[in-house]
Amino acid sequence: MTTTTANVTAPQAAPGGSRASERREGWMRRGPLLPALVFAIIVTQLPFLATLYYSTQSWNLVRPGSRQFVGLANYGAVFADRTFREAALNSILITVGCVLVAMLLGIGLALLLDRPFRGRGIVRTLLITPFLVMPVAGALLWKTTMFDPIFGIVNFVLGPLGFGDFAWLTSSPLFSIVAALVWQWTPFMMLLVLAGLQSQSGEVLEAASVDGASRWQTFVSITLPHLRRYIELGVLLGAIYVVNTFDTIYMMAQGGPGTSSANLPFYLYQRAFLGFDVGQAAALGVVVVIGTIIVATAALRLLFRSFNVEGQS
Amino acid sequence: MSAITAQGGPRQRSAGGGLLTVATWIIGLGFFFPVLWMVLTGFKQERDAYTDVPRVVFAPTLQQFANVFERGVLPYLGNSAFATLVSTILVVLLATPAAYALSMRPVKKTQDVLFFFISTKMLPVAAVIVPLYVAAQALSMLDNVWMLIILYTSMNLPIAVWMMRSFFQEVPGAIVEAASVDGASLWRTLWQIILPVIAPGLAATALICVIFSWNEFFFAVNLTASNAATVPVFLVGFITTKGQYFAQLSAAATLASLPVIVAGWIAQKQLVRGLSMGAVK
Repeated sequence: MTTTTANVTAPQAAPGGSRASERREGWMRRGPLLPALVFAIIVTQLPFLATLYYSTQSWNLVRPGSRQFVGLANYGAVFADRTFREAALNSILITVGCVLVAMLLGIGLALLLDRPFRGRGIVRTLLITPFLVMPVAGALLWKTTMFDPIFGIVNFVLGPLGFGDFAWLTSSPLFSIVAALVWQWTPFMMLLVLAGLQSQSGEVLEAASVDGASRWQTFVSITLPHLRRYIELGVLLGAIYVVNTFDTIYMMAQGGPGTSSANLPFYLYQRAFLGFDVGQAAALGVVVVIGTIIVATAALRLLFRSFNVEGQS
Repeated sequence: MSAITAQGGPRQRSAGGGLLTVATWIIGLGFFFPVLWMVLTGFKQERDAYTDVPRVVFAPTLQQFANVFERGVLPYLGNSAFATLVSTILVVLLATPAAYALSMRPVKKTQDVLFFFISTKMLPVAAVIVPLYVAAQALSMLDNVWMLIILYTSMNLPIAVWMMRSFFQEVPGAIVEAASVDGASLWRTLWQIILPVIAPGLAATALICVIFSWNEFFFAVNLTASNAATVPVFLVGFITTKGQYFAQLSAAATLASLPVIVAGWIAQKQLVRGLSMGAVK
C-alpha cells in the first residue's frame, strides 16, 4: 500500500525542486485535510476543555449564584462515590461481556456462513437485521415482547424449564441488557469476520490440505492468524460503541432497579440532567475520558502494529 | 469446522454439511425472530398482543400504524430524515478530501492525524454533554435540528475518514501516474479516474453514517424537546405512558426501524465493505 500511494505524488514533486514549489505542494497535500481537522477540533476538543474547566467548579443549575472554584474537590467526591464505582464496574461488565460473547458468536456464525449452501444470502440477510434495528426500538422490543414476565416470548419458551414468571429485567437486569446488546452486536462481528474469511487466499488453503493438514490444524495455523486483524478491529470498534451504550440502558431498565444496571454514561446523564450538578458531572466525565483513553490507546497500539506489519511488507 | 475447507474443495457435500446448513438456518431465524415478532405484533389488536400463549394466528389490522400517525410521528420522522441526510452529506464533503490527503503520502504525521480522528470517538459523548448543553443554550440552539446535524457530523467524521482513506489506498497508483503523464489536470484525474474507483467505498461510508445518525439517541434526547426531536425520542413516549400498548409500540418501533433495515438489506455488499473498512485486507 505504502509504495503505491507514494508513487501517486512522485511525478508531481519531481519537476519542482525549489523551496516555494515544495511549500505549495505541501499545502496542496495538507489543505484538503484542514476542514475536517478544524471541524473535529472545534466540535470535540472545545467541549472537552470546557468539561475540564467545569470540573473545578461547584455549580448546581438549580441553585443560581452557587457557582465557585473548588479545585479538585469534585474529583475527590467522584472517587468517594460508591455509585460511581458500581457504574464503572457495570460499564466493564457490560462492555467485556457483550464484546466477548458477540465476537465468539460472530466467529461461529461467520464460519457457518462461509460455506456454500441453499439460501445463504437469505440467512445472511436475516442475521444482519438486528444490527440495523434502531437500538431504542430494539431495547423496547426486548423489554416488552421478549422479557416481559407474563406475556414475553422468552418465558413462554423457557416455561417448561421452570422460568414461568421470571422477571428478567428486575431480577437480573445486567444479564438482560447484555443479552439484548449481544443480539444487536453479533451481526456486526459476524460481518467483519466473514469479510476476513472471504479474503483468504484459496490457494493457501488448498496447499495446506494437499500437505495433509487437518481442518483443525488449518484453522488454527492459517485461518486464525489471518483473521486476527479483523477480530482486533471488531473488538476495538465494538468496545468503543458498547462502552458508550446509553439507549439500551435508558429504555430497558432506566439504570435500575436502583442503580444496579447503570453504566457510566447513564450515571453521568443522571448526575447532569436529573441532579443538575454540573461540576460533579464534569469531573465524572473527565475521569471516564481518562479511563477510556488509557484502555483504548493500548488497544489501538495493538491495532496499528498489525496494520503496519501488513502495510509495509 | 467443515466451514474452513468448504470454500476450496468439493468435500462440503457431506451429511455433516447438511446438518450444518440446517443449524445455520435455525440460528439465522432465531436472530431474526424478535424483529419478525415486532412486525407481527404491530399488525395485531392490543388484545391479541398480550395473551398467555403468544398468538400467531390473528386478524391483521393497520389500526396500530394509524394510531402511531395519529400520535404525531410525522414531524419526528421529518427531523430524523433531515438530520440524517444533511449530516451525511457534510461528513462526505469533509471526510473525502481529508482521506485523500491522508492517503497520498503516509508519513509519521499521517498516523498521528489518523490517531487523532479515531481518538475523538473514544471521548465518551456523555463526558461532553454538559458543555454542549450549555453552549447550545447560549447560542439558542437547544431543540434545534442544526445542533444535531453538527454533532452527528462530528460523530461520524472519524469513522468516515478512516474508511475513505482505506478506499483511496485501493486506487492503483499506476493509473493515476499514467493520467498525469498524459497531462490530465488534478481535477480531471480526481473526477474521471479516482472517483469511479472509490464510488462503492463512498456509498459504503454514506450508508454507515446514515445508520448511525438515524439511530442516534443520546444527543437527541438531551438536546431536543419538541421542535427538533427525532424518531428515537418519539419512542421514549412509550416507556412513560401508563398501561401497556405492546401492539402500538411494536408498530411504532417497526416504522422507526424500517428505513435503515431496508437500506441495509439493499446495500448489504457495501455495508460489509464499509464495516471491514476495506483496510484490513
